[in-house]
Amino acid sequence: MPPVKTRLPAIDGWFTLDEEAPALLGSRCGSCGNFAFPKETYSCRNPECQGREFAEVPLSRTGKVWSYTNAGYQPPEPYVSAYPYVPFAIAAVELAAEQMVVMGQVVPGVDVDALAVGAEVELVLGTLYEDDEHEYVVWKWRPLDGAGGTPDGKGREDA
Amino acid sequence: MPDDRRVAVLGAGMHPWGKWGRNFVEYGLAAAGDALAEAGVAWTDVDYVAGADTIRNGYPGFIAGATFARALGWTGARVSSAYAACASGAQAINNARAQILAGLCDVALVVGADTTPKGFFKPVGGERRDDPDWLRFHLIGATNPTYFALYARRRMELFGATEADFAAVKVKNARAGLENPNARYRKAVTVDEVLASPMVADPLRLLEICATSDGGAALVLTSMEFARRHTGTDRLVTVDAVSTVTPTFPQTVLDMPGIATDSAAGSDSVGPTFKRSVAIAAYEEAGIGPEDIDLAEVYDLSSALELDWYEDILLCKEGEAERLLRDGDTTIGGRVPVNPSGGLSCFGEAIPAQAIAQVCELVWQLRGRAGARQVEGATVGITANQGLFGHGSSVIVSA
Repeated sequence: MPPVKTRLPAIDGWFTLDEEAPALLGSRCGSCGNFAFPKETYSCRNPECQGREFAEVPLSRTGKVWSYTNAGYQPPEPYVSAYPYVPFAIAAVELAAEQMVVMGQVVPGVDVDALAVGAEVELVLGTLYEDDEHEYVVWKWRPLDGAGGTPDGKGREDA
Repeated sequence: MPDDRRVAVLGAGMHPWGKWGRNFVEYGLAAAGDALAEAGVAWTDVDYVAGADTIRNGYPGFIAGATFARALGWTGARVSSAYAACASGAQAINNARAQILAGLCDVALVVGADTTPKGFFKPVGGERRDDPDWLRFHLIGATNPTYFALYARRRMELFGATEADFAAVKVKNARAGLENPNARYRKAVTVDEVLASPMVADPLRLLEICATSDGGAALVLTSMEFARRHTGTDRLVTVDAVSTVTPTFPQTVLDMPGIATDSAAGSDSVGPTFKRSVAIAAYEEAGIGPEDIDLAEVYDLSSALELDWYEDILLCKEGEAERLLRDGDTTIGGRVPVNPSGGLSCFGEAIPAQAIAQVCELVWQLRGRAGARQVEGATVGITANQGLFGHGSSVIVSA
């Protein structure tokens, strides 16, 4: 049995590592309440606001597909691709409370045929790439209607 | 339009687009030479050089204005170098225009040229975890076609566009480009051929996504007073507007290279989309409306994106672009031909040259010198483009 690899975020501080219910970590302006992802750290992006204080807030874990596509060809570096390359879908998802759209890969096994504008999806953690000792994880969108796909999380079959 | 609001275009020049693999400076010099010759202006009479930068050719690309001035032979002319992604060329035009309108120079040369790598554009090298352009590739694998495809899918969902509509845009532009000696791809295609090409980013296929090309374009811009004196006529082609406005908050359409949009949660109202605001500002500056437009050159980075532009430059209402296309309104010979040059579809993108090339096409069209792709009787044209990081441009040219 291969040794269990350590799971590390592909980027620090952008999402929680809660395997059951992960969330993107955005910022909320202390002055005007504006949400931002990735987090605002210095100055509020709302031109009417002079805010400099930001709270870190988890963003909505579910949303509706604004649009979607797939990557039929292997993206260039700095994307780290598995060999052989396996195409994946990408969704841009509207978060209702934040009124913003966040893009992400869709979990493996779900292609465009299983997606639709307006379909509900939820945030999960999935492997972006790995090396000998680590799995680097990132947020991915997974359809909520059971449209298929592998769990792509802890204990997934292809690990 | 009063003379203190417009500048004359005395000459336009281009180096053919292709994958020539030579130094970008050569393409710029060839284009500049043609533009100066067309204008009948000597290089030594140019007092301002506005370069459009390329970021993929080292230091000479970052200071393009000086690079071209030195290669043409130092004359002491003042220079500027502009980078604004796809709108770099328009920013260079605007720099030259501002100098002329401010009375700081009479004759300006605008030049943009690029030598591009093969395949998807990727971020410049190095690991940069604070650069959105690096992060979108690394964390998602989101290429430029990813964004074009998200917009295309949205059109299908909201307005009932079909893959055949998108393919028809390619067919139209390929036919126009056949007649353009500066175009890289000069081959007619059928809808079936487009739909049989490999899927790159669903629903967009290989033949519907613009390539990356080498090429160069240049313009000679002058004050109205100089132009009248130099040509002995009042019949001049003029630049009446150069819109380079940036987006307004909140920007609610996902835009390259962003991973997320702004939040609209705190805003009472959301204004026009960025692309539309670019064109609206151009119309306001020129004091005309979309009904005055005879032809347009728009940034068809993808076939579907051209349809978005019909609406964003206000040729029709939202959701009506497919009808315009199907009715032949935007074909040469139609009501308002779009991309009679063949567009990016036939050129491929040479970033710093492209917005200048759009204006070159309008200039030749308005002079009646576009050969077999001529739009008969055209007197007013508009260009539009959008690139990364809140850059876009729209130029209105009239004769």
